[in-house]
Amino acid sequence: MSLSIESAPSTTHQPRGIVEQPERGTTRSPLPLAWISLATIVALLALWSLASSYGLVSALFLPSPLAVYKALQSLAVTGFVDATLAQHVGASLLRIFGALAVAILLGVPGGIAIGTSRLGKGILDPIVEFLRPLPPLAYLPLVIIWLGIGEASKIAVIALAMLPPIILSTATGVKSTSSDHINAARAFGASRLQVLRHVILPSALPSVLTGTRIALGAGWSTLVAAELVAATRGLGFMIQSAAQFLVTDVVIAGIVVIAAVAFVFEITARLLERWLVPWATRR
Amino acid sequence: MSVLSLEKVTLRYAASDSRAAPVLASIDLKIARDEFVVVIGRSGSGKTSLLNLAAGFVAASSGQVCVDGRPVAGPGADRAVVFQDDALYPWLTALDNVAFPLHLRGVARPERLERARSLLNRVGLPDAADRHVWELSGGMRQRVGIARALASDPKFLLMDEPLGALDALTRSRMQGFLLDVWQKSGVGALLITHSIEEALLLATRIIVLAPNPGRIASEIATTFGRDLLTGVSLAEIRSPPAFRRLHDELTALIHAEDEGIAA
Ligand SMILES: Nc1ncnc2c1ncn2[C@@H]1O[C@H](COP(=O)(O)OP(=O)(O)OP(=O)(O)O)[C@@H](O)[C@H]1O
Ligand SMILES: [Mg+2]
Repeated sequence: MSLSIESAPSTTHQPRGIVEQPERGTTRSPLPLAWISLATIVALLALWSLASSYGLVSALFLPSPLAVYKALQSLAVTGFVDATLAQHVGASLLRIFGALAVAILLGVPGGIAIGTSRLGKGILDPIVEFLRPLPPLAYLPLVIIWLGIGEASKIAVIALAMLPPIILSTATGVKSTSSDHINAARAFGASRLQVLRHVILPSALPSVLTGTRIALGAGWSTLVAAELVAATRGLGFMIQSAAQFLVTDVVIAGIVVIAAVAFVFEITARLLERWLVPWATRR
Repeated sequence: MSVLSLEKVTLRYAASDSRAAPVLASIDLKIARDEFVVVIGRSGSGKTSLLNLAAGFVAASSGQVCVDGRPVAGPGADRAVVFQDDALYPWLTALDNVAFPLHLRGVARPERLERARSLLNRVGLPDAADRHVWELSGGMRQRVGIARALASDPKFLLMDEPLGALDALTRSRMQGFLLDVWQKSGVGALLITHSIEEALLLATRIIVLAPNPGRIASEIATTFGRDLLTGVSLAEIRSPPAFRRLHDELTALIHAEDEGIAA
């Protein structure tokens, strides 16, 4: 994650901390953060190759990077436990976006209710505060009892994990709407509904998007865990089955894919923010 | 001729505590449509509160605010507001900001954009239409804000220190611009400012507000602003002894209130 978009421009404004001390007196500019991160990744990969190629660790515990790469290839082509990698990823993505749709449909109106009305706040605050600190896996068994082991229970658990961040950031966004912006609309004769639609919603949008980004992260980790418990397809299920047969290269390949998907989510979400709410970063 | 009037208006923010000193007490003020009324007074004397009352953002604790003799209950399109911190919508372009009041009223998009475009021309920003708010300078933003206010075709234009955040040069140019807009659009203007000179240049009538509780200490009719419109230069307007005498008088008035507090 340190290769993210934000870290690149910040390198030129680094405070002169302890890390910068050795650079003093030299004319070189400090090494860009992205390069340091890249070097770290390369070094870790090299260590990993060395460890496995000199047999320091048994291939059963730590297959070589090459073996993992080959596992990835065969996953993509022939698949594992009756499904190709694409099908496993597809199953997981379907759940995550299904849950995201549910969470947004419930969470955004919920956040608006908390942000605009005392009654809404009174009703929803305790529910959100109850849900928020709970680890989703704690209520997964209960949800399975209620909804069975099919798709519904997995989507429900993920959606529950996504709800609090979406509700809370929507409420924050709604409450931080500038009173001048609201008053201006009222002076132009806007109804309450028009103020909501034309002023409060757009001004809460950056915050809603931030909440969605956080929710995606929370949902993704919940999803993988939920698939470990009960599923016939999906990345979590793939890893779990591979582990049972000690196919370690597939386990590691699965982990790499999970990390890669999460990374793509993060980047996409940030690009989306820049595109949809450019004013939030520029003003 | 439309008139905006405040009749025996008193304002307390803590509605429950009627013993608390009111922020504004027994304000009587009439603004006709051909007037440019400027309110000055110390910080905290209740200028913004007065404007918020006239705009309908806050309700009077007693007395009433009327347009053409009819009491008004809240904000309305007949009284447009220009804010100190422009209050433009950053998610809209300059053009869409100006078209916003028309959008609220259900005017079809082609028509409202056309009208917004002609308003942008009128405030001297024909090229700003498709620019985002954050790409405009402070002075340009205030012009867009004024164009937006005019789009609702108001009878009155209420402005709370609209030029307060601008540098001296831009401010001076915007003063001429405000006068021009006021004369051509035929709105009644209520403007709040900290600058005595600005009050003298713009006002047809100056209201000095005294604090604790906010009340009208003095009303002075002036004509300097109209001279500016007829092409007389700023320097010429400032030079006659009458201008400086009134400037000193107003300074003393506001200053006297300070001493009144200290005593
Ligand atoms: N929303 C509010 N709730 C309670 N008190 C308020 C509120 N707004 C203003 N006041 C009080 O009312 C008084 C007048 O405030 P107001 O903002 O009208 O003054 P002002 O003349 O506009 O000052 P400035 O020149 O600093 O803008 C002040 O004592 C202020 O503390
Ligand atoms: Mg004020």
